[in-house]
Amino acid sequence: MNDYNAIVIGGGHNGLVTAAYLAKVGRRVLLLEQRGVLGGAAATEAVFPGCRVDTGAVDASLFADEIVRDLFLKMAGLHFVEGKVAVFAPQPDGRSLTLYPDVHKTAQEIARLGHPQDAQKYPAFVQQVNHLTAVLQTMMRTPPPDLHTLSLSDLTAWGKVALQTRRLGGREMMALLRILPMPVAEYLDTWFQSAALQGAIGAAGITGSYLGPMGGGTTLMLLYQASGGFGRSRFVLGGMGQLAQALAGAARQNGAEIRLHTAVARILLNEENAAIGVRLADGTDILADAVLSSLDARRTFFHLVGAQHLEPRFMRQVRAIRYRGSTARVNLLLNGLPQFNGQESAAQLSGHIRIAPSLTYVEKAYDAAKYGRFSPQPYLNATISTLADPTLAPTGQHLMHITMQYAPYHLRDGNWESERERLGDHTIATLAQYAPNLPALIANRQVITPLDWEQQYGLTEGSIMHGQMGLDQLLVLRPVPGWSQYRTPIANLYLCGAGAHPGGGVTGIPGYLAARELLRQKAGV
Amino acid sequence: MPVPTPFHGRTAVLCESYDWRSWAGYLAVSVYEPSHEREYYAIRNSAAAIDVSPLFKYEISGPEAARLVDRIITRDVTKCRVGQVMYTPWCDEDGKLIDDGTVARLGENLFRLTAAEPNLRWFTDVGYGLEAQVRDVSQELAALSVQGPNSRAILKQVLTGVDLDGLGYFRLAQGEVAGVPVTVTRTGYTGDLGYELWIRPSAAELLWDALFAVGAGYGLMPAGMVALDIARIEAGLLLIEVDYKSAHHALIEAQKSSPYELGLGWAVALDGADFIGRRALRAEKARGSEWAFVGLEVDWLSLEKLFAQVGLPPQVAGRASRTAVPLYKNGRQIGQATSHTFSPILKKQIAIGQVRRTYAAPGTPLEIEITVEHVRQRARAVVVQTPFYNPPHKKA
Repeated sequence: MNDYNAIVIGGGHNGLVTAAYLAKVGRRVLLLEQRGVLGGAAATEAVFPGCRVDTGAVDASLFADEIVRDLFLKMAGLHFVEGKVAVFAPQPDGRSLTLYPDVHKTAQEIARLGHPQDAQKYPAFVQQVNHLTAVLQTMMRTPPPDLHTLSLSDLTAWGKVALQTRRLGGREMMALLRILPMPVAEYLDTWFQSAALQGAIGAAGITGSYLGPMGGGTTLMLLYQASGGFGRSRFVLGGMGQLAQALAGAARQNGAEIRLHTAVARILLNEENAAIGVRLADGTDILADAVLSSLDARRTFFHLVGAQHLEPRFMRQVRAIRYRGSTARVNLLLNGLPQFNGQESAAQLSGHIRIAPSLTYVEKAYDAAKYGRFSPQPYLNATISTLADPTLAPTGQHLMHITMQYAPYHLRDGNWESERERLGDHTIATLAQYAPNLPALIANRQVITPLDWEQQYGLTEGSIMHGQMGLDQLLVLRPVPGWSQYRTPIANLYLCGAGAHPGGGVTGIPGYLAARELLRQKAGV
Repeated sequence: MPVPTPFHGRTAVLCESYDWRSWAGYLAVSVYEPSHEREYYAIRNSAAAIDVSPLFKYEISGPEAARLVDRIITRDVTKCRVGQVMYTPWCDEDGKLIDDGTVARLGENLFRLTAAEPNLRWFTDVGYGLEAQVRDVSQELAALSVQGPNSRAILKQVLTGVDLDGLGYFRLAQGEVAGVPVTVTRTGYTGDLGYELWIRPSAAELLWDALFAVGAGYGLMPAGMVALDIARIEAGLLLIEVDYKSAHHALIEAQKSSPYELGLGWAVALDGADFIGRRALRAEKARGSEWAFVGLEVDWLSLEKLFAQVGLPPQVAGRASRTAVPLYKNGRQIGQATSHTFSPILKKQIAIGQVRRTYAAPGTPLEIEITVEHVRQRARAVVVQTPFYNPPHKKA
C-alpha cells in the first residue's frame, strides 16, 4: 500500500481546496509546495519588513460560499471584509466616479457626474448582469460534459444549466447567447453613454487577459468577475494569504500533511505511463494512488511529466494553449494615504481604484502589448489592503497593490530583468497623474513582472489565469479539448488548478470539482 | 508541377517512352521503353538501376536520438546495431499505420529514416521534449537502387572501400565512387539481391555514369515504376495509399489499418520500450485483429474458363493494378485485393490484400472479382504465404 492516497502538487488556493476536501473524506493526503509560503498566486508575504503584502490576488469575492461552509473555513480563521465601495475611478479631468454595492446610490453618483440617462438604465443593467451571472455560476460549478461519451450524469448536470437558462425567459435567454461572446466595449455601448462609467465597469472584462475590451469574449470575463455579485468587493482579514491558511488548517485538521519548501522534480510514471507518485527535487520518491497537480497544464505536463511521455496529439494540444501573461504587479508601502483628484473620503479607496477613464483608453493600452511593449498609458487596478485590515502594515503606513495591464510576457525589445524598474516607475507615474501626492509617500516598492510570475510563482508565461480565458479555452475546451473533466491521458494524474474548468480567479471551484471527480473515479480507494 | 531528381540529366535522355509520373512531387520514369518487360527482367535476371531519390529522408541525431527513433517506430531500435538497417512501420496514437520505411543506424546517436510521405512534423512532435534533432535531408541525398542478381558484381567494380561480399542483408557500409562518399545499404523494394546507394545530389550523375560504364556488360538497365511495381508485389511488399491508407490521410476509421492487419505483426515489439501506439496495439493483440493481410494466387483454369465463356483466351494486364477488387467467400464479400499483377517470372496471377481474420489461413479457397468483357465475374483463388518470389540470392 502506498503512503498516501493522493499527492497534491502546489499549495495555491485550489491545491489546498483539493487537499482539504480529500482529507475530509478520510483520504491520506500530502500537499507539496515549493515556496516557503502557502497561497500561490493568492498569498500574503513578508515583502517589506513588518508588513504582510498581498503579492497576487487581492479580492476574494469570487470564492465559493459552499466551500467556506463545507470546510468550516470560518472556524479555521477565515474572515471576509466586505468593501464599502466597489470601484473608485478618478478621471483625467479631476473628477471621479464611484461605484457602490448599492445600485441606487451608484445611480445617483452617475447622475451627479452628468449622465442622467445612464443613471436611469443602471438598475436594469445590474439586473441583467445578475440574471446572467446566476446561470454562469451554475456553469462554473458544473464539470463540462464529456462530449465523446455524453454520460447520463453529464446530461443531467447540464440539463440543469439549460433549464435555468430557459427560466430566464425568451429575451434574456437570447441575450445570454448574444452577450457572452461579445466584446465588452460593444456590450456596454448598448447600455451607457458615459465613457467613465464604461471604463470603470468594463475594465473587469480584460482581467488577466491578452485582449483589449474590443476583443471578442471579454463580456464573458466581465460576467465571470461579477459572478460573486456585481458591484461587490470582498477582502480577507489578514490578507489574501489568510484564505490559504484557513484552507490549510481545515486540511490539516482532517489529517492532511502539508510540506513547504518541497519542490517536485517530476511525476513518477510506471511502465504503463500511469502516475504512481512524485520525485522531489532532493531525489526522494513518494508514492501515491493519485497525483493532483494544481499547476497549469503546460507546467504539469512538460516540466513534471515530460513531453516525451505524452502522445503527440495531446502534446500538441498542451503546446497550443495560449498563456500570454499580460499582467504586472507593483506593491507599495506608503507613509500615508494617497489623495486622488475628485476623492472626498478615505472610504472611497476601500474598494478597487481603477484607472480606466474609458474603454478606448484601455484598448489603446492593449495596442502597445500587441506589438510587444508594455502600455505607455496602462490600465491600473489598485487596492489598499490596510483599509480593510490596518494591522497588515505598521501604524500609519499603508499597503497598495497595483495590478498593471498590459505587460506582455514576450517583449519585443529588451527583457524583463532590465524593464522591471522602468515598469515600476511608469506605473507610479501613471497613478501620480491622478494622485499627485503618491510618489512622495512611497517608503518601499516591489515590482512583479510576467517573468517573475513564471519563475517564482510557476505560472507559465506569467499567465495568472493558468491560460487565457478566451472562448476557445473555456468549458469543454479547458485545459484542452477532450480533457475538461480533471482527468488526463496519464492515468491517476488529475489537474486541480485554474487551468481546469472553470478557470482563474480565487474561486476554489477547480480544486473542489477536481476532488469530486477523483472521488467519483476512485470511490473504492 | 513535378521537379527533376538529381538523376534527371541521365534518366531524361533514356526515357524513350516519355512516360513520366509524379512521385512525391518529383518526375519519376514509369517506363523507359515502350514496354516495361525488359526492365522487369533486368530486375529479376541481371540488374536494374532505379532512381528512388523522391523518397523522403530524415536524419535523427542527438543524445536521445535512439530513444526518439524507438518512440516513433514499432520495432525495438535497441536491437538495431550501428551499421544495421531495419524495415519498420510507424503508427499513430491508436496503433494505426502512418507510413513505413527503413531505419539505418549510421552511428550510436545517428539514424537515417526513409519514408514514403512527409513526416517531419510527426517525427518532430514525437520528439518534443527529447534531446534529439530531426532534419529533413530529402534534398541533400540522391538515392539510386541497384537491384538484381548482378547488382553485387557491378557494385564491386564501382565502389571502393566497401566489402560487398561481407555486407549482409539489411546492413550498411560507407564507400566511395571516384572519391565521393556513398552510403550503401543492402536494401530494396524488389525482394531480390539489391542495394541502395545514397550520395550527395551533385555527384548523382557521376555515380550513374560509373555504374553504367561497368554495368553494360552485366545487362544493367534503368528501370521505371511499372517494372518495380510488379517486382514489389512478387515480394509481397506494401505500397502506401494502395495497400493501406495512412492514418494521417484516412477520412474514416475504417480506412485505417494496424500493423497486425497488414502482416507486419512481426515488426511490432510490444515488450520493448514505449512507442506511439503501443497501448492500442497491445489491446488489439489481446482481442485479435479484425483484418489480416494475405497473398493470393488466382486459379489459372478458373480464369481460362471465365474467358472461354465469351470466346477469349485469358486476358491479364501486363502491368500491376492498383485498383482494389472485392474478395468473396461463399458469395459474401470478406475482403479486398489491393494490388494484383501477372507475375512474369512465376507465370501466375497474384494479388495481395486484406481479408477478415478467419479467412487468412494459407490454403483457404476464396474468390476474386475479375471483369470479363465488362461483366463482373469471380475467379477461384487461394490464400498463400508471401513473398511469392523469394530467390536464395536475396540474402546470400
